[in-house]
Parts: sequence; C-alpha cells; structure tokens
Amino acid sequence: MPEWLEKQLPKLVLAPSFIAVLVFVYGFIAWTGWVSLTRSRLMPRYEIEGLVQYSKLFASPRWDTAMNNLVVFGLLFIIIAMVLGLLLAILLDQQIRTEGAIRTIYLYPMALSMIVTGTAWKWILNPGLGLEATVRGWGFEDFTFDWLVNPDMAIYTVVIAIIWQSSGFVMALFLAGLRSVDGEIIKAAQVDGIPTWRIYSAIVIPSMAPIFLSAFIVLAHLAIKSFDLVIALTGGGPGYATDLPATYMYAMAFSRGDLGQAAASAMVMMMVVFAVVVPYLYSELRAKND
Amino acid sequence: MKRTILAAVSTAALLSSSAAYAGPEAEVLHWWTSGGEAKSVAVLQQEFADNGGTWTDMPVAGGGGDAAMTALRARVLSGNAPTAVQLKGPAIQEWYEEGVLADISAVAEAEGWADVLPASIAGHMKCEDIWCAAPVNVHRVDWIWANAQVLADNDIDMPTTWDEFNAAAQKLQAAGVIPLAHGGQAWQDATVFETVVLGLGGPDFYQQALVDLDPAALTSDTMVQVFDQMRTLRGFVDPNFSGRDWNLATAMVMNGEAAFQIMGDWAKGEFLAAGKTPGQDFLCASTPGDGFLYNVDSFAMFAVDGDDKQAGQQLLAKLIVGPSFQKVFNLNKGSIPARVDVALDEFDQCAHLSAKEMTSSSEGGSLLPSYAHGMALRGAQSGAITDVVTAHFNSDMSSADAVQMLADAVANSY
Repeated sequence: MPEWLEKQLPKLVLAPSFIAVLVFVYGFIAWTGWVSLTRSRLMPRYEIEGLVQYSKLFASPRWDTAMNNLVVFGLLFIIIAMVLGLLLAILLDQQIRTEGAIRTIYLYPMALSMIVTGTAWKWILNPGLGLEATVRGWGFEDFTFDWLVNPDMAIYTVVIAIIWQSSGFVMALFLAGLRSVDGEIIKAAQVDGIPTWRIYSAIVIPSMAPIFLSAFIVLAHLAIKSFDLVIALTGGGPGYATDLPATYMYAMAFSRGDLGQAAASAMVMMMVVFAVVVPYLYSELRAKND
Repeated sequence: MKRTILAAVSTAALLSSSAAYAGPEAEVLHWWTSGGEAKSVAVLQQEFADNGGTWTDMPVAGGGGDAAMTALRARVLSGNAPTAVQLKGPAIQEWYEEGVLADISAVAEAEGWADVLPASIAGHMKCEDIWCAAPVNVHRVDWIWANAQVLADNDIDMPTTWDEFNAAAQKLQAAGVIPLAHGGQAWQDATVFETVVLGLGGPDFYQQALVDLDPAALTSDTMVQVFDQMRTLRGFVDPNFSGRDWNLATAMVMNGEAAFQIMGDWAKGEFLAAGKTPGQDFLCASTPGDGFLYNVDSFAMFAVDGDDKQAGQQLLAKLIVGPSFQKVFNLNKGSIPARVDVALDEFDQCAHLSAKEMTSSSEGGSLLPSYAHGMALRGAQSGAITDVVTAHFNSDMSSADAVQMLADAVANSY
C-alpha cells in the first residue's frame, strides 16, 4: 500500500491544481469561445449562430482602431523599453559605487500600480495643468505639448507612461543577465585588449539571448493585456482614439451589454497572445529535447 | 435517539422558517451613492421602514452603473435576484426578455399609474402588457445652462435657435470667454449631439433617426447638417476639454470662465450646491428647438420567491410612485417628479419650466427618450452611435463621412 501511495502521491498532489486549471482556464476559454458564436446580449445564451460576432467585430471601426493601437503601442513599448533597459543595465554594470541606490530608484516605478502611473501622467501631460502650462509659465508662449488631447498622438502618451513604469524592470532583468555572463571570458577579452563596446556587442549581448526572449515575452503580454493604464490615463479617449482590445472588450461586456461581441474580441485577443507565445514555447521545448 | 431529535428539530426549523412572515422585505440594488443621491435614497429607505418593511441596501458604486450591472448579472445567474434594481430605458425590456422580471400590474392598477404618468414614460415601465418597473424621476437632458453675468456683460440673450447660439458664441469668443464648457467624454459628446439632432431636425426627425434608426434619416442631409453643427460647436470648446468631468465643465460656467453648458438638469444640482440662484446667477433654458428629451430613472422589479419579499416589492413599488416620495426625492436630486399631479410649490423655476414643457410636449407628441442616456435604444445600438459621434467630434472627419459611418455602425450593431 505505501508503495502504491508513493507512486501515486505526485499525481494526487497535483490533481487539485490540475483540475482547477482545467476548469478555470481551459474550461472558461472554451465557454468564452462558445459564447462568441452566439448572439448573447445581457446574459449568456447558448444557441450557436455561427461567426456573426466575428464579422461584426472585423467590420467595426472601433475594433480597427484598437488593433492598430495595439500594434503601435506594443511595438514601440517593447522596442524602446528593451533598448532603454539594456542601456541602463550596461551603464549600471560599470561597477559604480552607488549601484544599489540607483538600481532601486530605477526599479521603483514598478512598485506603483498602473492606475497611479496613469493618473500622475494624466496630470503631467494635461496641457492646461502640466508640462505645457509650466513651460508656458516660464515665458515660452508658443510651447505646445498637447499629445494627450490630440487624437492622433494620444496613444504615444500611453507609450511614454508605460515605458516610464517598466523600463526599470527590464533593466533589472538585463542586469541579472549581464552578471550571469562568465567573468573569465570578459577578462580574457580585456587581456587581449578588445575595446569595451566590442566586448558587449560581440560577447556579452549574444550570450544573453534567453534573457532577451524572456523580456520580450513579459513585455508582450503586458502590452496585450494593458487596460488599467489606458483607463486611468486617457479613458480610451479622445473619442476612442486610445482604445486597446482589452478596453474594447470591457466596454462591450460591461457597459453595452453585448456579451457575444465581448467574447469574440476576447477570443481574438487570445489568438494574438498565442501568436506570440506559441513560437516561444515551441523553441523552448525543442531546446530541451535537443 | 440522537438522530430522531435532530430530525425533529430540523423539521421544526423548516416549518417555522416557511411559516414565519417577517413583514415586507426588499433588497435594493442601486448606484446612488454620492451626496445628494444617497440622501435621496435614504428618503425611500425611511418611508419603507415607516411602513413596516425591512430594507436591505445593496449600493454598488462605480462606472456609472457598470459595476452594479455586473453584480446584477452575477446575482441573476445564481438564481438569487435582488427585489428591485435601479434600471432604466430599454434595459428593462432587455431583462424582461431574459425572463427574470416580476409583474407588478396589481399595484400599478390599484394606484392608477396610467392616469398620473405621461404616456411615453409609462411605456418604459411596461414589459409587453404588464407593469414591471416603477419610475422615480424625470431628468430633462436638453438644457442649456448659462452664466447670467457673462451674458449680460456681452449683451447676449439666451439663444433660441442654433444660428443664434453660433452668433452668440462667436461674440463671446471675440471677447475672450470660452463659449461652451464641455467635457470630452463620449457620453457628453452624445448628449450635445442629441440636442442638436432635436434642434435642427425637430421631434419627428429625432424619432426617426435616434429611436427608429431609420437608415434614410441617418443618411439624410439633415444629419449632415447636424454633424456640421457639431464641428462648429467643437470650435467653441476650449482646447483642454478632453476627459473633463461634466461637473468641472459646470464649474467653468459658474465662475464665468465659460458662458454656456449643454447638460441634463443634474447640472442644476451643482449650481444649487454652490449657492447660486436660478434666474439670477445662472440661467436655464431648453436647447434651441422644440421637444423634450427625458432621462427617467426607475426601479425594475425582479421575480423573487417568498411572500415577504413579494410583499416588500409591492410596497416598494407603491411608495416609489407615491406623491410624497416623488416630491422629496426630486427636490434632493434636481429632477422633476414622474407623476404629473405632484404640487411643485417648493421646486425652483427651472423645475417649473421642465414640468410645464413635459406636459405640453407630452400632448404635442414631442416628449422623446434621450438616446445618450440609454432611454431610446439598447446598449449595442446606442453605443455604436456614440462611437461615431465621439470619433467625429474628436477628429477632423467630414460630416459626409460621419453620416456614412453612422449608417454602417448602426447596421453592424444588430
């Protein structure tokens, strides 16, 4: 009996969380998929009507805006946050004395909730209260910085706020990566008289490839599920110029009583996440099998 | 032995719980949690208690009712709906179609609701042929508020046509005053839009375009003119309007920074709370054009089990439409009573104007539901229209494009 128990114990221990994940993740994904095929309004209905919600979704200009914003926002956010994070990490890696303090300062925005970040930047960027008003107050009457209220530029203010929030975190990731590079190789290169920038570009950064991938995955899912920052910073406005798929889904499900439409947009969002994550998982698993 | 006793006790408990009638009971889901509103609900709570009822308050604040609707959905799905829920407009009928509303026709007929409510407002309280909701108040949406001092300084009268409004606004702009205080939130854009539709198109056009969603009306030349006027109005708004809350816009009118605001009569509450006097410090008038756009708050009655809950529901419905609650509540809230036979002696002149025009427009057939406040259309349709209105107002889209987009969005929303 104990022997049997010993064999089955791992399965028994894992079973509850396995069942929970099965029901609450995959079960609800399947449920959402089902609802997205119906004409559910206020309450879920279960008569399948086909792909009508998806054709409505793709015909909606607001969804187009949301997806375009996701591309602009996601790309700019991921690229700038990674470049900035790497740069900060390399600068911090020069064995400077106050590294601990500086690292904490850069990492600190991550401790704030997105709502706080969004509200603070809303005030900073508000043309009547913040930066524009202050600079004008200094005597530069023609200074204009009205991105927050300009429908064409508002999405970039969201990028600014989220980069401020998370580039310190990316820096910490990269710093750990830099530290994990074998010191002996670097010393050998230094003995050979190779300039520092070459050491970084040819030895350190290439050996950090897995860190880049992790940082990319973390940032990409932050970008796709971004919601609270937009709500706090612009409320999706002006108009719906800064809508993202997540805010679109929220509006449909909770303000408009259009559950079918919300479910369809949630499914499309999930497919976008899959498009990013599946190649990553694939490469990870293949690497393990090798 | 032990088991028998247990069985006996539990049977007794079951019997007594079904037999005991604790008096009328009501659980009320609402989102009136801010100052004046909370005070108004407390009035109802008090009256309910005075009539022997037990009130369970379930306030869910946030998101203009979105949070409350989420709570409601969860309660209904779990088969445990609240007794009464603050709901309005076609949402009542939408919930009825889900098969979860109760029939309160007995109370409505005993109290003679049909005789004291304007016909079009009574229509919102009925699901097919039965009464399923009780109206609390009537907010008028098509108001234009003005700072009396600013208008006097610039020698301007309250405009009665949109052309007069535009001329006045240009004059104010030249004088360095912001003509129109506005907050760039989608529902505020929609509020201005519907008053322009009513003003330029008239009540019949409003009915065709924003209630019946007639494609011919949506793509008509009149609608192009409406969007032209919206573009003109955009020029009268200060550059910093994006995301501003409506009460901040009201404050701009109050302190003379801006001259006009187009907003429902909840704005009056802000003026009064700041100690301003209607007719003296601020002026109220209907927006240019004929008609009356109403936004009626109401409580929908959900199907509940148990005599005490059903008795509570009936009592609640009776009290809500009763004259004393209608008067006290609306004095607090800034709106006017839904029933037309309440004495208005204690109300201010704006409320008198509102009540007078509600009666006259009800007779003339121009008492119309507000689309921007969820009275005319279901969520998906009104949301689709609002998307276009706010996209147009916040960009340089041409009126012709906006009209086309409007027709497409409405067609795509079913």
